[in-house]
Amino acid sequence: MKKLMTGNEAFALGAYQAGVVVGAGYPGTPSTEILMNFARYPGVYAEWSPNEKVALDVGVGAAYAGGRALVTTKHVGLNVAADSLFYAVYTGLKGGLVIINADDPEMHSSQNEQDNRYYAKFAMVPMLEPSDSQEALEFVRLAMEISETFDTPVIIRSNTRLSHSKSVVTIEQEGMVAVGEGGEAAAGERPVYERNIPKYVMVPGFARQRHPVVLERMACLTSYAETVPVNHIMQGSPKLGIIAAGVAYQYAREVFPDATFLKLGMVYPLPSELFKKLVSQVERVVVVEELEPFIEEHVRLMGIPVMGKEVFSRTGEFSPDKVRYSAARAGLVDSPLQAPPEVGPPLPARPPMLCPGCAHRGIFYALQRLRAVVLGDIGCYTLGALPPLNAMHTCGCMGAGVGVVHGMDRVGVRDRTVAVIGDSTLFHSGIPPLINILYNRGVSTVIVLDNRVTAMTGHQENPGSGITLLKEPTQEISIENLVRGIGFTKVDVINPYHFPEVVRVLREHMDCGQPSVVIARYPCILHTREKYPPCTVDRETCNDCGNCLRIGCTPISKVDGGVDIDGALCNGCGLCAVICPSGAIKAAGGTPATGINAGQANY
Amino acid sequence: MARGKVDILLAGVGGQGTILASDILAEVGLQHGYDVKKAEVHGMSQRGGAVESHVRWGERVYSPQVEAGQVDYLLGLEMLEAARWTNYLAVGGVAMVNRHRVAPPSVNLGTAVYPSEEEIQQRLARRASRIWWVDGTTVARQLGNQTLAGVVLLGAFSGLLGDPEDFWLPVIERLVPAKFAESNRAAFSAGRKLWMEGVSQCATCVS
Ligand SMILES: Cc1ncc(C[n+]2csc(CCOP(=O)(O)OP(=O)(O)O)c2C)c(N)n1
Repeated sequence: MKKLMTGNEAFALGAYQAGVVVGAGYPGTPSTEILMNFARYPGVYAEWSPNEKVALDVGVGAAYAGGRALVTTKHVGLNVAADSLFYAVYTGLKGGLVIINADDPEMHSSQNEQDNRYYAKFAMVPMLEPSDSQEALEFVRLAMEISETFDTPVIIRSNTRLSHSKSVVTIEQEGMVAVGEGGEAAAGERPVYERNIPKYVMVPGFARQRHPVVLERMACLTSYAETVPVNHIMQGSPKLGIIAAGVAYQYAREVFPDATFLKLGMVYPLPSELFKKLVSQVERVVVVEELEPFIEEHVRLMGIPVMGKEVFSRTGEFSPDKVRYSAARAGLVDSPLQAPPEVGPPLPARPPMLCPGCAHRGIFYALQRLRAVVLGDIGCYTLGALPPLNAMHTCGCMGAGVGVVHGMDRVGVRDRTVAVIGDSTLFHSGIPPLINILYNRGVSTVIVLDNRVTAMTGHQENPGSGITLLKEPTQEISIENLVRGIGFTKVDVINPYHFPEVVRVLREHMDCGQPSVVIARYPCILHTREKYPPCTVDRETCNDCGNCLRIGCTPISKVDGGVDIDGALCNGCGLCAVICPSGAIKAAGGTPATGINAGQANY
Repeated sequence: MARGKVDILLAGVGGQGTILASDILAEVGLQHGYDVKKAEVHGMSQRGGAVESHVRWGERVYSPQVEAGQVDYLLGLEMLEAARWTNYLAVGGVAMVNRHRVAPPSVNLGTAVYPSEEEIQQRLARRASRIWWVDGTTVARQLGNQTLAGVVLLGAFSGLLGDPEDFWLPVIERLVPAKFAESNRAAFSAGRKLWMEGVSQCATCVS
């Protein structure tokens, strides 16, 4: 059967067919849909763990016990899980463990574009890199076999263009396909954990015994890489030899249709003999790889002259036109297609914005009005940093803001400093720095933007949602109990739409001189599909003050002599009505902002 | 196996149904017997940002993204977004644009100006041989749901390609949730009708 599938759908099917019984991960674009799709297959267990490290430990546990496990993460999630990756490489596992890691060249939705192939080399773990959905499907099975044959975790590297692109997949068999040795659980048998202290307890004495095992394993895998069919030479013109893997291979095929190709399906360890073979067949070798010169460095170290990063950019994502343009500049292709000329003056950009009706908006507007220094974090709420709100001042990685606010406190910068963090991000990595504030006598205020869901990545469940990835009801973790349990005594829960209350409570917390937590709670209205009649503007009363434009809500636009609200886009939350000083904006009664206790702001 | 290649680029704003429209196009290509690839970036798109989706039909498609300057059909679900991708069009390519404006934040704030229809037309005409304006959103609103505009546009586009209507309808029914099948079918037929009537406001340009 032929089917169009995204890379992520194909990964999920591949995992199901390979008999994966446990899947764990934390959402992160572009990897999120792998686990969402996997969770829909019958008989599997899948979970959103609070963070990637927990997910990897869960996968390791399942694999120690003999089950086949899948762990999914975006590239920066592997930073969070790195500690666990390194021990799992030493211990090895009983069942197969495959980690699907999605890089994000161009940073379409990430804070950096790190090249995670270096993790393979660093942790000494084999890595595969598919180039389309068909390979995505097949490589999961291959990775499982490698994992169980060599007793090691295996990483599959995806990227945005593989994960989110669709291509044709030929599915030979519906349902599960039994593969390889081991994987008892996959074959339907009850997994049994076999005790083996020297293998699984990484105290120095035992770990010292494991390090040589890892090196020996890598040597075996290096020979394996020479013969594994996913690494192969495709004979073409003897003039030019291209080494490429993943989606970059596809771009290269378009630009160099006649070249001889060494296509790598396995990007670590690298096959030196195959490189030598290619060199013996062609006049010139070029490495086409996105981001870092990972393959190029290896080939150069072998003493083989190659072209790579002097031709192709080390930043951003490739595309066929970028590859062609670079190749033409270096004289590698005869008839350069010029980069198409610009066709007119620059057009207004369209950056993403907080959704109309988003509960985060009122908080950031209040923080802006209070002239707070906002140490931020990652989530939808990071959009509070954009104009016109301009109300977040730092954002590095998940969980950073709560530590950063305390660091500022310790150098004496504590006037109006607050940390903001989303609920999912708090569960992910915000709790240790929160403990740190109390333990180390800090006085910072932390605002938890609690919309009960992981909104940024498409509304995944989280420990506060009361529901699991498998859609089972579960205990909702209470953030107020959590922070009170840690020992915070000044804790308030507010409705982020009740603007006057928001301002009052935030001001009070910022002035109180003691460590405190404000939980701004309202379930994400985009997720719950809460909607009210659109707000309207009474143009007679509107005095054109422009206040409502400062909350950055897309339906509100400047028109001659006032503003207009696009009724088709407006969610009707009523925030603009509450902050309108002349009362010109009308909202329905009983909306989140105009409901009981909402009152009128004196702004 | 269908021969040659057809490269399509869809451009719109988050929430407009650009991705659904491109999914439908990809399946239609497969049904035509082509190899098909489709690429887009999700993530920020839900937040009202720009969304573009590449759909490629060919005997053998390698790259999921179309090369700039090689697009045969530019389908704009929103006028400014269509204009933004003009330089992806092949010289002599065709643009079909939904006559619908969504002001970006800078325009709302009064710090930038939304280009006029004439400006957009002129820009597209630098590369397009034909430009079709379709009142997709107007028609979709008449059908009670403006997010159907993409499917209205597809109805017109199916006419432009010369495909029979029932070549597309089963694909649409398969891809949309059952409770929306009827409205999507109506939207498609309405778009098709616009095409048959000559897409009243057709502008043919020479470049
Ligand atoms: C280590 C890491 N994992 C995952 C992500 C992707 N990611 C960014 S923010 C976010 C969660 C946001 O959820 P929440 O904190 O609840 O805020 P919301 O978007 O709901 O406002 C995720 C999963 C990331 N950037 N870094």
